[in-house]
Amino acid sequence: MAPIAIDAQALLQSTYSILPEILVVATALFVLFVDLILPEENKRVLCGVSIIGVALSLFAVFSMGPARISGFSGAVVHDGLGAFFEIVILSACALTLLMATGYSEWEGTHKGEFYSLLLLSTSGMMFMAKGTDLMTVFLGLETLSIPIYVLVGFHRNRMSSIEGALKYFLLGAFASGFLLYGIALIYAVSGTTKIPQLAAMLLDASLAGNPMFLAGAGLLLVGLAFKVSLVPFHMWTPDAYEGAPTLVTAFMSAAVKAAAFAALIRFLLLALPGMQPAMGKILWILAVLTMTVGNLSALRQDNVKRMLAYSSIAHAGYILVGMVSGDVLGGQASLFYLLVYAFMNIGAFGVVMLIAQKEDEGYDIGNFAGIGFRYPVLGALLTLFLVSLGGIPPTAGFIGKFYLFSAAVKNGYIGLAVIGVLNSAVSIYYYLRLVVYMYMMPAGAEAPAPRPPRVAFSLALCASAAVVLVLGILPRSVLEFAERSVLSLLM
Amino acid sequence: MMEPSAYLLLSGILFGIGVAGVVARKNALIVIMSVEIMLNGVNVAFIAVGSHLGDPTGSVFAFMVMTVAAAEAAVGLAILIAIFRLKETVDITELSVLKW
Amino acid sequence: MEPILFMLFGAIAVGGAIMVVTRKHPMASALYLILTLFSVAALFVLRQAHFLAAIQVIVYAGAIVVLFIFVIMLINVPENRLPVERATVMRLLGVIAAGLLILETALLARRFAMPAAPAADSGSVQAVGRALFTDYLLAFEITSVLLLAAVIGAITLAKKKI
Repeated sequence: MAPIAIDAQALLQSTYSILPEILVVATALFVLFVDLILPEENKRVLCGVSIIGVALSLFAVFSMGPARISGFSGAVVHDGLGAFFEIVILSACALTLLMATGYSEWEGTHKGEFYSLLLLSTSGMMFMAKGTDLMTVFLGLETLSIPIYVLVGFHRNRMSSIEGALKYFLLGAFASGFLLYGIALIYAVSGTTKIPQLAAMLLDASLAGNPMFLAGAGLLLVGLAFKVSLVPFHMWTPDAYEGAPTLVTAFMSAAVKAAAFAALIRFLLLALPGMQPAMGKILWILAVLTMTVGNLSALRQDNVKRMLAYSSIAHAGYILVGMVSGDVLGGQASLFYLLVYAFMNIGAFGVVMLIAQKEDEGYDIGNFAGIGFRYPVLGALLTLFLVSLGGIPPTAGFIGKFYLFSAAVKNGYIGLAVIGVLNSAVSIYYYLRLVVYMYMMPAGAEAPAPRPPRVAFSLALCASAAVVLVLGILPRSVLEFAERSVLSLLM
Repeated sequence: MMEPSAYLLLSGILFGIGVAGVVARKNALIVIMSVEIMLNGVNVAFIAVGSHLGDPTGSVFAFMVMTVAAAEAAVGLAILIAIFRLKETVDITELSVLKW
Repeated sequence: MEPILFMLFGAIAVGGAIMVVTRKHPMASALYLILTLFSVAALFVLRQAHFLAAIQVIVYAGAIVVLFIFVIMLINVPENRLPVERATVMRLLGVIAAGLLILETALLARRFAMPAAPAADSGSVQAVGRALFTDYLLAFEITSVLLLAAVIGAITLAKKKI
């Protein structure tokens, strides 16, 4: 065979197309290196280094803009959708790191390993969001999952943490198997793993109706459904979320979901528009199940962390509503909601983290009694985030749900929209129950004071609150950005 | 060369045996080994189709699956060691701090 | 020749796999796993995927299973403390799930015919290496990140003191 000719131009463009990912991975390596030379008492520098790296990467995403840059022979593409999800994922990572300044000090996670794993996981998510080859998507998924398994079990002397890690790992590996088998079947039928080529081949009805292709697409869907914890693939979620260090829970709930939905949106909108009727029915059932089971289970929880875990399942259901419609409107609503969800959920976890103090016992709802009047700022912030999660105006959560359900109505899924609205009403009960505890219940005799937040931690909370409020009143520009992102995919 | 359908059937059988192992066994070590069998089933399919099409994608994908299998095994076994230090068990149904 | 060898190694692989999931002691399972991995490697050779066959033996059977065996010996659960497995709903479900999956692929594979393919070299070291460093360069690089994460993760969890 002839030697490989190196095309410098193409290589340069390819490298440029993954610049944000390269910055994140480089930061992870730099953190590992700095960790070696830092004395034990100065480990919080690592957190600062990570924040700078993520900020640089975010800057790179903004300066690259929504222009379409494909690289590595079509394995990856930087387009509007990729840029949008990179912003969501990097924002979630930045908020997590800002909160880590405080959390790591209390819970002993100021470790080089902690930050580098967090960053490596972030890079995996970004690859997954940008991957246009199922191989890239799969590898991105694994690169995000493997560090997350470890981060869930990072408190390895706490049984619930390491146990959550084992459950998440076993079911995660099982689900990767299904995802892979799905890809193998799709490859067997079509001879390709590239999503755009699949999309082109699917215009021909003989492939779209091929039972083996359908089986493959179904298995692929199962694998991704597991990652976004759709019912009935959600068994791991409450345990992993409850056991994990709260900071990791906050990160997982927002960022992992965003990355997996990015891949799902790319696959469903790009490759499967021809299969919309059948796919719409399946997604319809999944969305209804996920919303209902998530909300009904959350009703019964007295542990705030576990309640938020079930509520995050329900939110995956809401986001799926946008994809049932399968058009630009629905896609746009899903994207917008994912962005808003990242901020409001991490914000809520942040306040809860300050109040709860101790892992495991600290999250009992009784510990939140009387917080509202004794600590008005914390109480107000948590109320804001909970109200937004419940979807009450004038918050961004309301706007997000409004667009999701109106997209469903416009596409004729009126029943789905009604079920969604009913579910929101149910969810308001358990969110407000926590608010009632904060404002109406007397505090216990020796109720400990919440931890005083550091400057960076307060910054993260304020930024989340600002996003929730501003997008609740002026959502126009972000909605347009989301619309352009979905359109960039279809072009 | 044979048609790949026989290989696909074999890959389905291996995958199915792996699935049965994951669902039915309680010993976490054997559950992880069952996952490896599932991945092997997937690899048989990739190689059979790839060689039939004369396309190296199948081989490359199988290569990636092996890498991932190695990474998963390393992390999974590390989690097991950490659990065993705390509780001296490999029985996944005995872990009940959190509800299963 | 291929059909005979396929039947032979396929049967060994399936038999080994069944033994892996049914043995009581994980050490026995690990040894049967090696058997399965070797016969799958032989199947790879039948499909002209020489590179993958070598990797299967060296990495899979040689490294991953050895890792399993190390861990089994490290945590060394005595025979009488191994989990007691009874016939439960889960086991029944497992067998049913497996049966359905196999049935499904049998139905799919029976009706499946592929287009006639060009006889190209797809599994040799040269072909795979070329693909890895051209079309799949990104995937190759992501695996390096993945392996780094796995190394850091495994050390973090298993080390005595971090």
